[in-house]
Amino acid sequence: MVMPPIKATKQMKKLMEDHFLGLAKAKEEGNPKVAWCTSVGPAELLHAMGFDVYFPENHGAMLGATRMATDLIPEAVAAGYSPEICSYLTSDVGSYLAGQTPLTRAYGLESVPRADVLVFNNNQCREVQDWFMFYAREWDVPLVGINNPRVIHEVKESHVADVKSQMHDMIPVLEQVSGNKFDIDRFREVVGLSKQCTIRWRKVLEGAAHHPSPMTFFDHCIHMAPAVVLRGKQEAVDYYDLLLAEIDQMVQDQVAAVPGEQVRLYWDGMPVWGRLRMLSELLNELQAPIVSSTYCNSWIFDALDERDPFDSMARAALELFNVRDDDFKEGYVKEWVERCGVAGIIFHDAKTCPYNTNSRFAMPQRLSQELGLPTLVINGDLNDLRFFSDEQAKTNIEAFVEQLLEQAA
Amino acid sequence: MASHFAGIDVGASATKVAVVDEQGDLQGHAVRRSGVDFAASAQEGFQRALAMAGLQAQDIAGVISTGYGRKNVPFAGASRTEIACHGAGAYFHYPQAITVVDIGGQDNKIIKLDAQGRRKSFKMNRKCAAGTGAFLEEMALRLDLELGAMNQLAAAAREEVTLGAFCTVFTGTELLSKIREGVRVEPLVKGLFRSVVKRVREMDTLTNLVVMTGGVVAHNPFLMEMMAQEVGREVVTTPRPQLNGAWGAALLARDQLT
Repeated sequence: MVMPPIKATKQMKKLMEDHFLGLAKAKEEGNPKVAWCTSVGPAELLHAMGFDVYFPENHGAMLGATRMATDLIPEAVAAGYSPEICSYLTSDVGSYLAGQTPLTRAYGLESVPRADVLVFNNNQCREVQDWFMFYAREWDVPLVGINNPRVIHEVKESHVADVKSQMHDMIPVLEQVSGNKFDIDRFREVVGLSKQCTIRWRKVLEGAAHHPSPMTFFDHCIHMAPAVVLRGKQEAVDYYDLLLAEIDQMVQDQVAAVPGEQVRLYWDGMPVWGRLRMLSELLNELQAPIVSSTYCNSWIFDALDERDPFDSMARAALELFNVRDDDFKEGYVKEWVERCGVAGIIFHDAKTCPYNTNSRFAMPQRLSQELGLPTLVINGDLNDLRFFSDEQAKTNIEAFVEQLLEQAA
Repeated sequence: MASHFAGIDVGASATKVAVVDEQGDLQGHAVRRSGVDFAASAQEGFQRALAMAGLQAQDIAGVISTGYGRKNVPFAGASRTEIACHGAGAYFHYPQAITVVDIGGQDNKIIKLDAQGRRKSFKMNRKCAAGTGAFLEEMALRLDLELGAMNQLAAAAREEVTLGAFCTVFTGTELLSKIREGVRVEPLVKGLFRSVVKRVREMDTLTNLVVMTGGVVAHNPFLMEMMAQEVGREVVTTPRPQLNGAWGAALLARDQLT
């Protein structure tokens, strides 16, 4: 049975189109300036400074989802980038070197919008810095960023002070490139909007706790786009109001994203962008929805508070799942597993993304023991499909669901 | 009245068919190459197994398919994963807590069952065929040996060469350099068997009674001896290890209908 599409998707597509056309117009007119930002970087500060903000990881995901990545990665590898580093990086750099982008087909853009400044936070991985350095050299534009403390159990005041000071340090460069003076009131306003966005995005994800779940991980992967690229803007807040109203109605009507759901799963790790449809159809057929994921949850920034924008943004960056130690991560996964009534956890070991892979230090074994739930590790990658075997993944997932059903019986 | 059950295991290399009676005992079986037409291979194997059992298709109450080609068997009533089938097949012979180690043409599997035959966990090899049947096939080719000769050579070896490479292609290169050094073939083959055992060992812990199954073990029983040395205790196999998945599928067909 195929479920009717989520109606709000139409509005989301329009927002994304406006976003990219806006960036193209900014480049055409030279105003506003364009800042590239990592997906959990200080986007709010950039909006407050008057930049139009572009997120290369979003482009990376598009390269994966369109399966252009596997053809373009070799371009970057030939230029000296290892095939074992982040395949967002290699596919994006390969896309640039080959002069091809999925933005052409989707929005009519000839190329990605060239950066006037590149801004990173390496809280998600070290590769984002290397990735941005490629473009900084290529275009001779400034690169600024935050070196975030990593493997944190508890966020301490010393961590917050460190990140805050690095944010302050980038302001003179941002002022020079944008031609605008930093305005604390505007910054508060943007952080406030980002907070409103995050509150709503959390509610969207928590909606999956309902039985049956109105949305799956695959839906979340699509509807997270405004929380990533439009946070800090009113459009994102309005979009999630629209989506939440639809989810509320689905919950009221007992609409199931996967009709006849039998067991519910949790996904840890990156999506396999080029195989989202295949995996979604497989789990639909097995009546085993993935209702929650570490990945989509990573754009919940509970700490944001417009009353103290620097402090709260620093905390949000430091509270990110990726920079926490395994004890914290296990507690976090446990919380969502229990909230959403999950029967088993799938870990995606993404070959080129160790930072978003949590199965390499025996976490599946520990969580399985602690929660009394089976876990499964599948090998693959976010973008490089050469590391993914359809048949092996299918057999593994089918056998896992078979086992969960046997245990449930 | 139909009183027999069939299991069809369409694997990466071979298609195996088992026909069992209501007690689960094997009455007919067949093994053939899977080739490129899985449906035809399954049908041909099924007919051969029926003939062996002295049965007609209408004597079969249920058919379950398994293996990579499990969705390509049009006459199967249902399909189950090879994990379920290998578990069921091994548990039939050893009804206790067991760890099944299946070495197939392209896949290795480790399946843990509790004393009641319920699956506790399973693991499959990564997207890499090192340590599987395909690995030994490739090495036999490099050494210009018949695949069937390898077991005897390994068992006859008084020494063993340590092979360090992780991947099939580089192990092939390593073999060539050993040949150039004048190393005899027996220690080389034993070294290859050791690398299969080691790849399996690193997949999971091997607890309880270890039951080895699959075509590779069927043709190379010396691997069991080497595995027993590695784990430091007895390692057993099923009466027809290559048929274990098909046999298990037939048992699941029986359990589903009775």
